[in-house]
Amino acid sequence: MAEMTVEQLADAMYEMIKEAKGMKKYKATDLQKAMAERFGADKQTCKQAIRLLMDSGRCIYTYFGGSYIEIPPDQPPAP
Amino acid sequence: MAEGKKYVTPKLDELEKGPWPSFVKEIKAAAQKSPMAAALLGQLEQSYDEKIGHWKHGGIVGVVGYGGGVIGRYSDLGDKYPEVAHFHTIRINQPAGWFYTTEALRGLCDIWEEHGSGLTNMHGSTGDIIFLGTTTDQLEKVFSKLTALGFDLGGSGSDVRTPSCCNGMARCEWACYDTMKVCYNLTMAFQDEIHRPAFPYKFKMKMAGCPNDCVAAIARADLSIIGTWKDEIQQDDEMIKKFADEGLDIQRQIVSRCPTRCMDWDGKKLTINNENCVKCMFCINSMPRALAPGKERGAMVLLGAKAPIVQGAQLSSVLIPFIDLEDEESWNDLKQLLENIWEVWCEEGKNRERVGEFALRVGFGNFLEAIGLEPRPEMVAYPRDNPYVFYQTAKKE
Repeated sequence: MAEMTVEQLADAMYEMIKEAKGMKKYKATDLQKAMAERFGADKQTCKQAIRLLMDSGRCIYTYFGGSYIEIPPDQPPAP
Repeated sequence: MAEGKKYVTPKLDELEKGPWPSFVKEIKAAAQKSPMAAALLGQLEQSYDEKIGHWKHGGIVGVVGYGGGVIGRYSDLGDKYPEVAHFHTIRINQPAGWFYTTEALRGLCDIWEEHGSGLTNMHGSTGDIIFLGTTTDQLEKVFSKLTALGFDLGGSGSDVRTPSCCNGMARCEWACYDTMKVCYNLTMAFQDEIHRPAFPYKFKMKMAGCPNDCVAAIARADLSIIGTWKDEIQQDDEMIKKFADEGLDIQRQIVSRCPTRCMDWDGKKLTINNENCVKCMFCINSMPRALAPGKERGAMVLLGAKAPIVQGAQLSSVLIPFIDLEDEESWNDLKQLLENIWEVWCEEGKNRERVGEFALRVGFGNFLEAIGLEPRPEMVAYPRDNPYVFYQTAKKE
């Protein structure tokens, strides 16, 4: 299997989160495990991909009894 | 800032009475300048009336790129108390040992009076500087000003929480290693793990300089590093005699209270069987200057303490009985051990399962094997209380 770049991994993670939106929330470890299984990605590259998703604003961290990675809502949440 | 609406608060007023410090008094002082603090008094009084808390927490608040440091807090009485409809908490990484210049403290307070309620908690039970109460639109501004002042956010959520330590060698003669140095080094080494939550649940690290454990690491930290010594307790017989001459009943107040009965007092000379000493610090605390920790000092690394949240409370178990922490090699060993623990825990741990609970679930022996540590007698959690050892007299043939 060809080695995935950080950008490609970030895209794959983003797609995974997008598909599960509204049904399942993923933690960083869930994404790492999925990428390792699908592409043989190592932990460090996965961490860089998550960081890329966060710094670009494509994803955000949320907290609901644990920390999750999600796509930001279209509108800010109502208080 | 304008003064907020005044609320009648008879129940809170009761908490101002008496000689002890009162958080109500401080909130009232802040309310002179902050409408948020004023509304907080109103909501709190209502909570006391109804015996119901009105805070919701969690959700989507933070600064760009960081997953920790901001705890979203909202009031479910936002219509009645609009000033506290959003009342987010910010955790700020405290300096090791909690040493500040007055300039730094003034800088922190100025930021918070401008962008938040002005209420702080110095320090929270996590060890961090806590800023209480701001709105979502102020978070980036606060973060920007904090970084300009040399501060960074602390941990929150499923990440490495801000490492915390006692002030160790800076002020305490019992310190067996440089807690502040270790705390600082761990904080800098694991910045990514502090700011980007990637664990099944929180992971706390606390460093105590001696077994007195002033930061309560053994009860609260997933990884506790507690100072200890290898050799004999340092003993000054002249000073011990002086304690006795001044009225200290060494037999009754020291020797008979030793948990392992490893001391003997003949009226003139104190003899300590150091092999039997469990380093509880009782005698050393009772006779400062006469007794002191040994000269061969270092630290013990323990794993798995937690307060009751999902499951009950747990105390730490020993992982490394003695580590120097002065040389590069032992420092690298500690970092590698942490990486190994996180690797196994992230792979096999359940959601919201603390590492201590995980080790208990899989069995401590299996856990040790997975992280690459050899079992040692010092790891037995209750060495003198094993209920599974039975002594039976041999039967005669």
